[in-house]
Amino acid sequence: MQAKEIYDVLKTEFGDRIISFNDSAAGDPFIEIQSDKILEISLFLRDNESLLFDFLNSITAMDLVDKLAAVYHIYSVSLNHRIVIKLFVPKDNPKVPTVERCWRTADWHEREAWDLMGIEFVGHHNLIRILCPYDWEGHPLRKDYQAPEFYHGIKVN
Amino acid sequence: MGILNRLNDPTEGGGIVLATVEDVLNWGRSKSDWYLQFGLACCAIEFMAVNAAHYDLMRYGIIFRSSPRQADFLFVTGTITLKMAERVKRLYEQLAEPKYVIAVGSCAASGGPYWEHGYHVLKGLDQIIPVDVYIPGCPPRPEAFQEGMMKLQAMINQEAIFNKRKRVAEEDAKFKNSNFAESPSDIQIKM
Amino acid sequence: MGEKKKVDVEYSPFESDKFRVNIGPQHPSTHGVLRLEAELDGEIITEVIPHIGNLHRCMEKHCEFKTYPQIIPFVDRLDYCSAINNELPYVMGVEKLLGIEVSDKVEYIRVILSELNRIGNHQIAVAAFGLDTGAFTPFLYLFRDREFIVKILEHCSGARLLYNYFWIGGLARDIYPTFKEDCLDAIKRIRITNAEIMDLLINNKIFIVRTINTGILPGDVAINFGCTGPVLRGSGVPFDLRKAQPYSIYERFDFNVCVGTGELGTIGDSWNRNIVRMNEMEESCKIIEQAIAQMPMEGDVREKVPKRVKPPKGEIYSCAENPKGELGFYIVSDGTDKPSRIKVRSTGFSNLSVLPDISKGYMIADLMVTLGSLDIVLGDVDR
Repeated sequence: MQAKEIYDVLKTEFGDRIISFNDSAAGDPFIEIQSDKILEISLFLRDNESLLFDFLNSITAMDLVDKLAAVYHIYSVSLNHRIVIKLFVPKDNPKVPTVERCWRTADWHEREAWDLMGIEFVGHHNLIRILCPYDWEGHPLRKDYQAPEFYHGIKVN
Repeated sequence: MGILNRLNDPTEGGGIVLATVEDVLNWGRSKSDWYLQFGLACCAIEFMAVNAAHYDLMRYGIIFRSSPRQADFLFVTGTITLKMAERVKRLYEQLAEPKYVIAVGSCAASGGPYWEHGYHVLKGLDQIIPVDVYIPGCPPRPEAFQEGMMKLQAMINQEAIFNKRKRVAEEDAKFKNSNFAESPSDIQIKM
Repeated sequence: MGEKKKVDVEYSPFESDKFRVNIGPQHPSTHGVLRLEAELDGEIITEVIPHIGNLHRCMEKHCEFKTYPQIIPFVDRLDYCSAINNELPYVMGVEKLLGIEVSDKVEYIRVILSELNRIGNHQIAVAAFGLDTGAFTPFLYLFRDREFIVKILEHCSGARLLYNYFWIGGLARDIYPTFKEDCLDAIKRIRITNAEIMDLLINNKIFIVRTINTGILPGDVAINFGCTGPVLRGSGVPFDLRKAQPYSIYERFDFNVCVGTGELGTIGDSWNRNIVRMNEMEESCKIIEQAIAQMPMEGDVREKVPKRVKPPKGEIYSCAENPKGELGFYIVSDGTDKPSRIKVRSTGFSNLSVLPDISKGYMIADLMVTLGSLDIVLGDVDR
């Protein structure tokens, strides 16, 4: 299935929860959705007979200076098609529902997005840091991040 | 006349050599170095190749141990992150004296390619523990590992044993006076 | 003086208490600096918590400050056992953004070197798995033969482990004259050794007893956890990106997708994951033979690429079948010569996340076997 067809299926099911289909830039097209509807949409994508998106490649967190974005790359092993779902959240209150219930691999991917970019996944059973030490401060992949000078008495920079 | 005559005679009861205790001990220690197996990153794969059949590090008398209590020196092969730094320091402290450290690769020497924006990378192993031999490269060739090993053996060969405590105290003082951020003994361990 | 109270204490002789064991980060069989926290009931594992991040080298942060060609060395250092395979999806992604097509000769060389490095990676994986189960000799044999592959790659690129050989729009330099003969020689050696390893390790009674029926991973759970590569194929799911979505020129070759069949043990156990790796080495040999027969020797290996690589504004997800699974690069370009974000979809990260699920209920000694059969590399997991 092409990305445009998948968009049409989603649009008929969810209406204005699906904001836009974007294929103007170079590379892959993506579907932009409302940030609070990601769990319903993922469950629909996984369980619909014509879509069967059973495989979550990755969750990417992005810093767009004025807002944060979460990008979901989803693939169907049985039907062999891909889709990119994107959603935007404000920087001062970045909250996204978790999709852990839908794909269990999302557990670690969401922890990574929280660790490095600070997106809070509401409903996640254990949202703690994964790559940085547990007592690390700040979210390193944000554009305005300043690395600490010392960590436990060890000079960082 | 006793032992000296027998030494000069190659056929009868020969094979006795006179040497200082220091020389004999150093010779023995330098030819049977046991290291703590401690692979961190990319260099560890090259280090596996050095240990395997083609390069065969064991012919230098170097055998790996899995416990720091049984090891003579530490091969730090790879990037040390801040999460790992405290554990590296703890492993170093668990080694029995006399102990040596070889820093393998540019990451262990200075942070390597990750020195610039590596918020989570230790910029050089010598910030936390004293290093005896640096092996450059990213990763070093197996020949470089062997050269570094021989450098360490040469160092052990020339070591004073009876003035050891004096030497260690001198080195510690040197280390404390250098312009590091903090001396190693001040770094707290939090696991 | 208070009265002494008599206290009755009943001790149950078989009452057991759960306790926690810490494994790693300095442990010979954790394949690097992984720390595992295991909760045990006697010898039975009730819970495993992996603590990763001990090799988090901030690769994604560095990518935001480097130009596109400068990122290739960082990409090498992700999964350092298969550096050439890491470079392939990255350069393919940037080339797709730029709209560059590379010549046939370049594609053939890329495929041959990728498959050679795939064999090299599987040799390390099987050797390390042998070490985990207590077999030292296969390690010596496999590393002896890996040197032949390393020699070819070194002759091409100049480096033994981390190559920086695939550049955007081609290769760093041309191959050398006796390339084809060397590859065929290496394949001959690999086939002889693999036959030996099958007798020595894979069909060894001790090895079979230690690995079958441990760490069983059903196919649907593997997909749900995002596992790819031999871990997924060992569970009987015939998913291989080289077949499913052929990239580069993989559609020109005739090869099979190896899956775990459960001829010994159960589908999806540690032994089946390992036999997939052994069979894949043979398939890679087949691909290399076909590619060498078809490859043109004439032609340039560099396309015309501007000195400052500036892809147009846009984003792309470029993935390829790494030896360990699907490696993907999500490259977001903002029109300048530095990417605004590069996200690595690493294989080990997803493959390792299944460990708590599949090691529950087995003995503590089986934990290392299960972990070894997942074949993780911490540089890839932590980035």
